Amino acid sequence: MAAAIEAENLVKTFGDVRALDGVSLDVPEGTVLGLLGPNGAGKTTTVRVLTTLLQPDSGRATVAGVDVLKHPNEVRSLIGLSGQYAAVDEYLTGRENLQMVGELYQMSARDAKKRALELLEWFNLSEAMDRTAKTYSGGMRRRLDLAAALVVRPPVMFLDEPTTGLDPRNRIALWEVIETLVEQGTTLLLTTQYLEEADRLAHDIAVVDHGKVIARGTADELKRQIGGERIEVVVRAAGLVPEAVAALTPYAKGDPTVEKNTRRITVPVSGGARVLADAIRELDTRSIEIDDIGLRRPTLDDVFLSLTGHATEGGADEDEDGGAATARKGRRGQGKDA
Amino acid sequence: MTLSDTRGAIGGAPVTPRRGVAATAHDSWVVAKRNLRRMTRIPEIVVFGLMQPVMFVLLFSYVMGGAIAIPGAQPSHQTYIEYLMAGIFAQTVTFAVAGASAGIAEDMTKGLVDRFRSLPMSRAAVLTGRTLADLVQTAFILVVLALVALLVGWRIHNGVLDMLAAFGLLLLLGYAFSWIGALIGLSVRSPEAATSAGLIWLFPLTFVSNAFVPVSSMPDWLQPVAYWNPFSATVQACRSLFGNQLGPVPDSWPMQHAALVSVVWSLVIMAVFSWLAVRKYRRAAG
Ligand SMILES: Nc1ncnc2c1ncn2[C@@H]1O[C@H](COP(=O)(O)OP(=O)(O)OP(=O)(O)O)[C@@H](O)[C@H]1O
Ligand SMILES: [Mg+2]
Repeated sequence: MAAAIEAENLVKTFGDVRALDGVSLDVPEGTVLGLLGPNGAGKTTTVRVLTTLLQPDSGRATVAGVDVLKHPNEVRSLIGLSGQYAAVDEYLTGRENLQMVGELYQMSARDAKKRALELLEWFNLSEAMDRTAKTYSGGMRRRLDLAAALVVRPPVMFLDEPTTGLDPRNRIALWEVIETLVEQGTTLLLTTQYLEEADRLAHDIAVVDHGKVIARGTADELKRQIGGERIEVVVRAAGLVPEAVAALTPYAKGDPTVEKNTRRITVPVSGGARVLADAIRELDTRSIEIDDIGLRRPTLDDVFLSLTGHATEGGADEDEDGGAATARKGRRGQGKDA
Repeated sequence: MTLSDTRGAIGGAPVTPRRGVAATAHDSWVVAKRNLRRMTRIPEIVVFGLMQPVMFVLLFSYVMGGAIAIPGAQPSHQTYIEYLMAGIFAQTVTFAVAGASAGIAEDMTKGLVDRFRSLPMSRAAVLTGRTLADLVQTAFILVVLALVALLVGWRIHNGVLDMLAAFGLLLLLGYAFSWIGALIGLSVRSPEAATSAGLIWLFPLTFVSNAFVPVSSMPDWLQPVAYWNPFSATVQACRSLFGNQLGPVPDSWPMQHAALVSVVWSLVIMAVFSWLAVRKYRRAAG
């Protein structure tokens, strides 16, 4: 499939800050790329370059095959954008805001009005539509801004933290809208702080840190890359730890780790529930008393913390290179931020 | 109805951007409508825009009118207010600069400009729409100010057509100056700074002129500056058109051809500053 969004080696500096330090990515047509990364990683800057709002120092980008730097105006007619901060006119009503955007997309006044009403209804803003946006809550503004990005049906959409500030009901509702758009063929680049959101919506995930893509893959690939399943055991007393480690070693696919003060032992394993059952039986045979035991699969949170080196508690993110993900770089020095 | 009801129902259609003068005019009108709406939501801006010139009319005419000698007349409230009004009108239209600069700066600092810049719309429309809306506001303020002036004794003596011509010159000057304001607003990027930056240079410009006192009362070296001031040309032209010129028109080329000089100045200012402002907006917009 052709790439709907393609970026090659984007570099952007602001004074001393290298906001983008060679970002490359591609988003196949009809798919969703989730851009993850800590604050200041360069997510918004990437979105701003791709949506023609910012000129990079160097690099190349195309959207729907059109060169972003050479033909920005063509690109603008192909994209929908909802930026990190809601771009609405506070002194206009919700309805007037959407109508204005429609008219600026060259819709007739009548069509723009009709479309505005539709969107207001879908985004749950009908009741507030004749109030100025100044009186809207943060989440309402956010929704109005998202509606503005949907006034026409652009083939490529950019949503920069679209659900930040939305309550759970509206967040899930928005996810459904996004899923519908994607089902109907829209390509989407999405940045988010909610890993659950990336897990649910994104076909592919790119982890960005310090202006670089440091890992790329599906959510599963990334999870596998930082380590597969592990068994976590909390034993009753500190004295039981060595014996428990010995009991679990036959099942381990890597070195067990121990957190002394919580008496927690983590053992990388493979084989799922069957191994867990075996391990429980083994511990039981040896009469090792346990408080808690469970099989744990890594979450995107683990991936995020591990890759961006912002994990400060030990144990949970030991190095493990067995994964199949296409990560270009492993995690950084642990405790960098500690 | 909730968001989830939109499944399968999300309409809308891709667009192809239109180009050319018609598209620019259309987009400018859409943005102008937006700015005019905003003005009705924040009437304080218009009210304060009116209070300043009204206060000037009252203070200048009642406090200073008796002391300032106009060539060809005895100092009095009546003669001075006739002399004064062209200057007040001209000052009022140029002070509209501050509105444009603050408005543009606010648009640039708020996220809204990102919305505009991500749309396939004319690059000039954000600025043209602003200056056009300011023009409408200025016209409104001029009308109210004229009525107040009539109440306190100002009179025109040359008929309605000449009066309309004078207001035309004033609006042209105001429109040209609002492009200076647009450029300031784009350069300053903070609405507060933009308001002061938009106003501060207007004081020397409007005072080193024939607006409030006859230029002949100024030091010799300052007189050519005052006569060639674009502001003076408009004031002189309006004064003559209103029939408020009490003595002979000062013997200086730009004063003798004031209407022409006024139009030329306005067009030159408009051309230069709209070019600079649109270029700057494009750069900022990337
Ligand atoms: N206009 C600007 N001027 C100066 N520095 C900037 C500017 N825009 C971004 N930066 C810097 O570039 C870096 C990347 O910022 P960016 O907004 O892209 O991060 P982000 O990944 O979106 O972060 P967040 O999760 O907080 O939104 C940061 O260090 C930021 O301070
Ligand atoms: Mg951001």
